[in-house]
Amino acid sequence: MEDIRYMFNIEKDDFVRAGEASSKIKNILGQLGMDSGSVRKIAIATYEAEMNIVIHSYGGQIVLEVAPDFIKVTASDRGPGIADVKLAMQEGYSTASEKVREMGFGAGMGLPNMKRCADRFCVHSSEGEGTIIEMEVDLKAGD
Amino acid sequence: MKIREVKQILDAEVLCGNKLLDDEILFAFGSDLMSDVLAFVKGKTLLLTGLNNQQVVRTSEMADLSAIVFVRGKKPGKDVVELAAEKDIVLLLTKYTMYTASGKLYVKGLEGVSID
Repeated sequence: MEDIRYMFNIEKDDFVRAGEASSKIKNILGQLGMDSGSVRKIAIATYEAEMNIVIHSYGGQIVLEVAPDFIKVTASDRGPGIADVKLAMQEGYSTASEKVREMGFGAGMGLPNMKRCADRFCVHSSEGEGTIIEMEVDLKAGD
Repeated sequence: MKIREVKQILDAEVLCGNKLLDDEILFAFGSDLMSDVLAFVKGKTLLLTGLNNQQVVRTSEMADLSAIVFVRGKKPGKDVVELAAEKDIVLLLTKYTMYTASGKLYVKGLEGVSID
């Protein structure tokens, strides 16, 4: 089977459309017949990444790649970058604005949630640079 | 517990999902923090929340939640209801506070999510 690839553009501060890319990815994976547990993990991780792009970045994109044995989601943005990735990975740490917190975000669980859902997870980022998050979830045998 | 029973216990109005009221709920979770929901919740779970924006429905969609109860009479807008209907998520509205609604369901046997 050839790898399948989809790309979604995510706009900064677009809270109306936020979540649409993750929803589409969830549907795509469901239609491919993937087990619901894996689909949910990928959907949650992708949604957290999508919300981070909307809330914290200048805008970016999410790429879904479906390989025979695993799913890969790459979330990348145009900046402003994460100054201290280790700090950002701490549960409860957030740089979200008051407005964003009123919407129910900014609990500081986004990156930890992504890491928990993925079998392989890495963040490449530094202040002034764009951020790239790569997440892979292995497919169960028979998927 | 069926969603229909939740509706009765909370004297709730059904905003959408009438056809799904006989679905079973196994757990409940009360929160206004969406990432907490994503961290701890999955499957046949009822979310109680005072947040009534679209992202509550998106969060519930990602975590495969069955139903959302908006507490304190916090009625969501039409766009939120339409999105939930599209995603087959039942929306209920109760006048009770989060604490009271949670208590009423808990004494009737609806357990909380385990935090492990």
